[in-house]
Amino acid sequence: MTSVEQHGTAGPTLPQKLLRLNWPLVLLIVLVAGIGFAMQYSVADGSVDPWARRQMIRFAVSFVGMLVVAMVDIRFWRGTAYAFYGVSLLLLIGVEIAGTVGMGAQRWIDIGPIRLQPSELMKIALVVALARFFHDLNPRQIRHVLTLIPPLLMIAVPAALVVKQPDLGTAVLLASGGIVIMFLAGVSLWFFALLMAGAGGLVYAVFASKGQDWALLKPYQYDRIAVFLNPELDPRGAGYHITQSKIAFGSGGATGEGYLQGPLSRLDFLPEKHTDFIFTVLGEEFGMIGGLVLLGLYMVVLLFGLMTAMRIRHLFGRLVATGVCMTFFAYFAINMAMVMGMAPVVGVPLPLVSYGGTSMLVILFGFGLLLSAQVHGKVTFPRRGTVL
Amino acid sequence: MAMRRYRNEHDRSVFSRRALVLFGVQGAVATALGARMYQLQIVEGETYAARADRARIRPSLLAPVRGQIVSRDGKPLAVNRHNYRVILYREEVDDPEKTLERLSALIPLPPLRRKALLEEIGRTRAFLPVVLAENLKWEEFAEVNANAPALAGVSPELGLTRHYPESDFTGHLVGYVAAASERDVERAGKDGALIKLPGMRIGKSGVERVEEIALRGKAGLSRVEKDAHGRPIQELERREGTPGEDLTLTVDMGLQKYAMQRMGEESGAVVVMDVYDGDVLAMASTPGFDPNGFVLGLSQKDWLALRDNEKKPLNNKAVSGLYPPGSTFKMVVAMAALEAGLVGPGHSVYCGGHIELGSHRFHCWKRGGHGTVTMHEGLKQSCDVYFYDLAKRLGIDLLAETARKFGIGVLPEIGLVDAKSGLMPDKAWKRARKQEAWYPGETLHAGIGQGYLLGSPLQLAVMAARIANGGYEVHPRLVRARNGERVRARSLRGTGIDAAHVETVQRGMYGVVNEPGGTAYRSRIALPGHEMSGKTGTAQVRRITTAERATGVLKNSELPWKERDHALFVAFAPADDPRYAISVIVEHGGGGSKVAAPIARDVLLKLQFPREIPEGAIPQGAAPMFTVKDEDEDNDGNEDA
Repeated sequence: MTSVEQHGTAGPTLPQKLLRLNWPLVLLIVLVAGIGFAMQYSVADGSVDPWARRQMIRFAVSFVGMLVVAMVDIRFWRGTAYAFYGVSLLLLIGVEIAGTVGMGAQRWIDIGPIRLQPSELMKIALVVALARFFHDLNPRQIRHVLTLIPPLLMIAVPAALVVKQPDLGTAVLLASGGIVIMFLAGVSLWFFALLMAGAGGLVYAVFASKGQDWALLKPYQYDRIAVFLNPELDPRGAGYHITQSKIAFGSGGATGEGYLQGPLSRLDFLPEKHTDFIFTVLGEEFGMIGGLVLLGLYMVVLLFGLMTAMRIRHLFGRLVATGVCMTFFAYFAINMAMVMGMAPVVGVPLPLVSYGGTSMLVILFGFGLLLSAQVHGKVTFPRRGTVL
Repeated sequence: MAMRRYRNEHDRSVFSRRALVLFGVQGAVATALGARMYQLQIVEGETYAARADRARIRPSLLAPVRGQIVSRDGKPLAVNRHNYRVILYREEVDDPEKTLERLSALIPLPPLRRKALLEEIGRTRAFLPVVLAENLKWEEFAEVNANAPALAGVSPELGLTRHYPESDFTGHLVGYVAAASERDVERAGKDGALIKLPGMRIGKSGVERVEEIALRGKAGLSRVEKDAHGRPIQELERREGTPGEDLTLTVDMGLQKYAMQRMGEESGAVVVMDVYDGDVLAMASTPGFDPNGFVLGLSQKDWLALRDNEKKPLNNKAVSGLYPPGSTFKMVVAMAALEAGLVGPGHSVYCGGHIELGSHRFHCWKRGGHGTVTMHEGLKQSCDVYFYDLAKRLGIDLLAETARKFGIGVLPEIGLVDAKSGLMPDKAWKRARKQEAWYPGETLHAGIGQGYLLGSPLQLAVMAARIANGGYEVHPRLVRARNGERVRARSLRGTGIDAAHVETVQRGMYGVVNEPGGTAYRSRIALPGHEMSGKTGTAQVRRITTAERATGVLKNSELPWKERDHALFVAFAPADDPRYAISVIVEHGGGGSKVAAPIARDVLLKLQFPREIPEGAIPQGAAPMFTVKDEDEDNDGNEDA
């Protein structure tokens, strides 16, 4: 890092900022996205249409967006954090009202040509808003119990809306992302002990409410959980996805069937093979080696992100960066666990690899924020003492 | 400032510790994911790979081409005929209704059929073909072919169906094929999957059934990769099966056809066989039926008409029809008596028209009797009293023993499933079957081939053949060659009957046909070296009561058809060097000499002179030979693959 001190007035020039950018991380992102293109090409039977070409265009646009976001001063993002959160929340409510029904669950909102998933947007908005909250907090107040009410509300409201959509996977993602930020911000460990007890209680309540009037989940969600716990229950119905995915994935063996050779992917045995189940295709074609390489790359991205975060001098930047990392981690861990039959099918894409515009945009926006925090790692913020 | 810095430092150390914890947790999760990959892909990889193959690769059997059947003179009897079909591939058709409408301008597709097809198309999964029309004429097929570009998804294709060019003439003998039933599939064992294939047909009767395994061939195997919906993608492996064997039958089509035509409207059977190798040269059973109907599917009306016809066209009477052999059995009685040493050839009996046994009176067919008859005359004139006498001396068990040596009461080893063993009664049989002792009178009935005695036309032909060849155990057979390779005839074993005794009987049969006073003298062949020796028989269907005898036995023509006597004749030719044996049975035809013997004469003439009958073959005053105009004798070429 250069010794140029920034005290607000004479900031670094754009080229300097660009130079300072964590280029290894950027390159890793491009590499993972490249794997995505290759897989999109493969699931289309060796064709750039209908997925690979569009995925590349989206990536290119989002990538430029990421760099732009990275160049914008981190203090701007702190300033707009609540507004961003507010807009995301409104959009989420908008889905409830004007959303189009897709896949049996309302998840999209059409804004002109873009089909936006507000729940995706909320993942980043929540990270930024929570980061600002804890950044702005008087350190003494962090131990105050009442201090925890606003962040818990900030997490609970969007999570509840997403559950209602219903999109259990995203809700879990949102909640876990928010709680991780609280954890990193220094909230007392007692809180997390309580939280875990509460989560246990909730899981119990979910199962206890099954079949009751007050059932917490929709029947199909119960089905998915039951089938996840025992896929053989329903090999042609709900268990079909998991079973087919495991068969295709397992049949890849150590080295896989070879690129463009995965028979089950080719023969339509896999559902959603270009989106949620793209990792199965990779497993079938490249085997365990391919799977471990992608997992390794993800972990390296994560490590780079966390190391970057630790070098940032201000709490806002650190929380944003780790929050983005956590979201990123949650994406690929849940997705991989899902396609390998370790988690229920919840509809979480494999970041940068699955076909899909919103998740690509959101993830790169998140990395843009992470990079912005990194580039502007030493800026000082006017700190207000309290929020309460 | 210092304070802030401290706070910041404190924050940072908390943050760093917790970030490390977080990364540790994430690392643990990642390790779990990696372990899961190892479990799925390495530990259970083989299992999943096998399941993946099972899911996508469907082995399917390839039906072998069924072997064809030709006659000994090279006429095709069962062939695989091109079946011009039109098939619809649903996936390539936008509007099936319009397509069918367009198609109906080219081939016959009435609106009702179109409606049924549309329903079928709606039911069938999209990638499965639907047969729109079958057995089209070549012109129609060509028409569809020419219009193919305008008919997307409609494909004119070539299949194979079984065809029997000789139709009625070989219906019983060759049999027919049809789709396998549940029971067929069960019985087929390992081949069950093969015969269940759509379009696969198996032999249901006749040679098609007997030689089913040989004709069927061996199934091939195709391993086809299919997608999740079952749509075939590509063939991974193909092992062609072995086509079925082509069979050459022992039957001479020219003779078979002649025999069938000679029988005309009569109900009955003609069997001609070689007396040395057992080749069945003709096996006619009338009325015939067209086996092609069974391949394409019979209408209910046609089926009922066949089934309920009193002449039983579906039965192969040659092997399954059982008749009392009547006087044709007398050779066996004579040989049994000679073998037993009870009488010599010179033994004579006085025939006064009847013989008394206890309180019963057994009549000769000739009222007033034959006077004193020798064995030769007894055969020649078919004197019943003479054979009552022999039978009485023999007893039923000795008679049965000899009869079985000539195939009476023994299942002919011809393979045809409907072949019957008939019945040669003896004391043990009667005890077992009727829980009754054998009555001496029943021996007398057996002596003239009546009573319990039953034999099929094939059995009578075998009997005649064994007499003709000097007493050797010849067995009938139907297959002459497999894939062009001759099947060796079974070597002949003697029956153990003294050749001299057989010769005595042969001479008697010569007398029947060729000496004045013989019962078949009018049916002789008057060409030296080609004469026929034979024996007439008339099997009573009904009992003649004493009252009727008193008022005069009714003439056959005065009786309803069902109550008339069966006419029988067995013979061999040439008389001095026998090669062919024949049996003729005309159900309810009347007397053997009048009805059956002329048929045997004509068939044996046709056999010995396939082209032209020499001058003088038929003596003055005898009925002329039956001839048919064979308009398609020389132009029924082999049209089929």
